[in-house]
Amino acid sequence: MTCLLPRATHADTLAPPFAVLAELTHRCPLRCPYCSNPLALDPASREMDTASWKRVLDQAADAGMLQVHFSGGEPCVRKDLEELVAHATDVGLYTNLITSAVLMDEDRLIRLRDAGLQHVQISLQDTEAEGADRIGGFKGGHARKLAVAEMVTRAGLALTINAVLHRHNIGRVDAFIDLALDLNAGRIEIANVQYYGWGLVNRAALLPSHEQLIAMDTAVRARLPDLKGRIVVDYVVPDYYARRPKACMGGWARRFMNVTPSGRVLPCHAAETIPGMDFETVHERTLSEIWRDGPAFVRYRGTHWMPKPCRDCDQNEVDWGGCRCQALALAGDADAADPVCEKSSAHAAVAALRDADAAALDTPFRYRGSPAE
Amino acid sequence: MTDSPTIFEDSRVRLAPGVMLRHDRARDEWMLLAPERVLVLDDTALAVVRATTPRDAGTVGEAITRLAAEYDAPRADIAADVLEMLNDLLAKGYVVP
Ligand code: SF4
Ligand code: SF4
Repeated sequence: MTCLLPRATHADTLAPPFAVLAELTHRCPLRCPYCSNPLALDPASREMDTASWKRVLDQAADAGMLQVHFSGGEPCVRKDLEELVAHATDVGLYTNLITSAVLMDEDRLIRLRDAGLQHVQISLQDTEAEGADRIGGFKGGHARKLAVAEMVTRAGLALTINAVLHRHNIGRVDAFIDLALDLNAGRIEIANVQYYGWGLVNRAALLPSHEQLIAMDTAVRARLPDLKGRIVVDYVVPDYYARRPKACMGGWARRFMNVTPSGRVLPCHAAETIPGMDFETVHERTLSEIWRDGPAFVRYRGTHWMPKPCRDCDQNEVDWGGCRCQALALAGDADAADPVCEKSSAHAAVAALRDADAAALDTPFRYRGSPAE
Repeated sequence: MTDSPTIFEDSRVRLAPGVMLRHDRARDEWMLLAPERVLVLDDTALAVVRATTPRDAGTVGEAITRLAAEYDAPRADIAADVLEMLNDLLAKGYVVP
């Protein structure tokens, strides 16, 4: 597919992006079967050097971005993390660190804080060590995460606990909330696994049943009033059981830019799964230029690309047609309405797929990084 | 179930960990930057945040008295607005008691 769109869609009214997701590396000591990294991981040898990342941060600030999320893989494997945090702070970006925490120690955390880091998000695989370490494929990981979470609040930094839910831990959502409160987290993300990348490979091993989902949803909603003013709750309802899709990333190319370890610039971290896309790199053009009229950004920005039923739908500037990667994964066509939507012709097929996968109870994980059978 | 935290006139408030007040030049707006979030402040919200959250701001009641004098408005009106706004900011995680 070639891209024949006008190069300057909305150039005069386009708002600047809100944040850049800086995927410093794909390396990670964990092997979560739902990792959002692509199946083809960038090796260390392809990672950008410190100077290139600093240039990216300069350009993010120039483009009007307010925040940077240092992420990965595991960003702590980069020895220059402190230097990059300091640089981001110098150019006026608010800095978030999204980490598995297993490589962090107190000295480094203090150095990062002193470099200007504001917020640390730690993902937990479960509420107790045995299940958590099985999912992460890393022995001792859970205990380490809890210790680092305490260091984060002790250092005066904001802490988010990211609880990733799936079939094997969804019944413990209450325990996740209690744990986040015990750890003095200011925020909890109750995030159901998103099924693309490694998550899609492992869908039959992860997808919860409808009953599990209803029980979880009921439990979360019952807790919400009491959590008000104590902890900020970001609750992401799982798509597969929804009747309407979510505005993925706040809408394609509306809020975020994603830079991969080797410097490719994406509208969302799963965008590389879509065939025929033309991704630019930070070595070719600036982030502002790519934001304005990069072919991958304009391709699904706004409503110009939409076929029916989205084209005539009054929700099309609310959910922006849902997720392109999900449309590809489920309907075989990235241009289609997100099949999670009940107006999509593929919706019934998705429900059938989902029910089959949710019933496949003894499917083993294929850990991140391991080859197909 | 316990009562949700609430801010009263005798409370002291500060910005929550990881929350920063900043002027953004690109958009020419004041905002609170917070973990993965941003809140754009209008003039009133900015005045409230500036009056109540610095370390030397004293109690919320003292800040209300100062604001009432500064804006030459009935103290009760200012008090109602300030408490409503602070409790909203508390619920959204931008300030803590
Ligand atoms: S999801 Fe798991 S494997 Fe993937 S980067 Fe995060 S911690 Fe590492
Ligand atoms: S038809 Fe398209 S725009 Fe309308 S609700 Fe469904 S996905 Fe959203």
